Amino acid sequence: MQKRSVIMKKAFKAAFPYTIPIFAGFWFLGMTYGIYMSVSGFSFWYPMLMGLTIFAGSMEFVAVNMLLGAFNPLQALVMTLMINARHLFYGISMLDKYKGTGWKKFYLIFGMCDESFSINYTAQIPEDVDKGWFMFFVTLLNHCYWVFGAALGGIFGSFIHFNTEGLDFVMTAMFVVIFMEQWMKEKNHISAFMGIGLSLLCLIAFGADNFIIPAMIAIFVSLTLMRGKLEGGEGA
Amino acid sequence: MTLTQQLITIGMVILGTMLTRFLPFLLFPAGKPTPKYIQYLGKVLPSAVFGLLVIYCLKNVSLFAGNHGIPEAISIAVVAVLHLWKRQMLISIAGGTVCYMLLVQLVF
Repeated sequence: MQKRSVIMKKAFKAAFPYTIPIFAGFWFLGMTYGIYMSVSGFSFWYPMLMGLTIFAGSMEFVAVNMLLGAFNPLQALVMTLMINARHLFYGISMLDKYKGTGWKKFYLIFGMCDESFSINYTAQIPEDVDKGWFMFFVTLLNHCYWVFGAALGGIFGSFIHFNTEGLDFVMTAMFVVIFMEQWMKEKNHISAFMGIGLSLLCLIAFGADNFIIPAMIAIFVSLTLMRGKLEGGEGA
Repeated sequence: MTLTQQLITIGMVILGTMLTRFLPFLLFPAGKPTPKYIQYLGKVLPSAVFGLLVIYCLKNVSLFAGNHGIPEAISIAVVAVLHLWKRQMLISIAGGTVCYMLLVQLVF
């Protein structure tokens, strides 16, 4: 039986490299968010504390507009449920992986943003590394990057003059790599094709701001209809 | 908005986000066997979801205006080639991002 500090150190060392792209991406996006809040007239406490408690990037940008508009808590709740509905899919996929992680499970679910989910789902965690701690550190590091980025953006945003145009592509690149990793692991690619194809169709049909929910419904219905065909040979 | 109203609004956003994250775990607790159908979804959904996330990142790219999505297409190709060649996550991501930054800052 290894000592707890040894287990933790090992898990941290294994988890950190996976989060380096997120470091670059969240530092940038978090700063952008902090700057956006500061030019909208909020002190740095807002982006910092909202980053800490909400921890859902795109939603926090939308929340700025909510705070600037008329007070409508019900609308805020409904909009949040719509924008973040994709988390339901993450949860269903992680039911097994988060099992048996003890008290850490609460934090893992709390911090299950797009990036933490993607890494924790696809990472090949070495046999001798504790899975619970690995996923905990991935989530915690991502959370820290985001909160620090948001706070820095809120404090120093207006003083920074480094040409960062295009740095946000780091997130796209990461999801492309994760998509490819999943592609190489699976036996058939029907679900992957449907994810790309149906999302594209819905994007064209419903536009950039409204396509997520229709795409989720289309994916959900198609996968349900194809259950008989996919269940035998799916490789996950 | 008053501070109280701001806090309530932020609270609603937190509540909504947490509902979407916790709901599957509340509906299908670890102690009870998860229905077969949900287990099936848990296995086949991720591939589709990663596809959805890629499209989500590209949702504001316009094929008929601006750069016509050319910098994105080239950079994604760079990511894919690097990843097929080296299969080192960090190299693929860094290579594609640097390529994209150079393209949007210097070329387009």
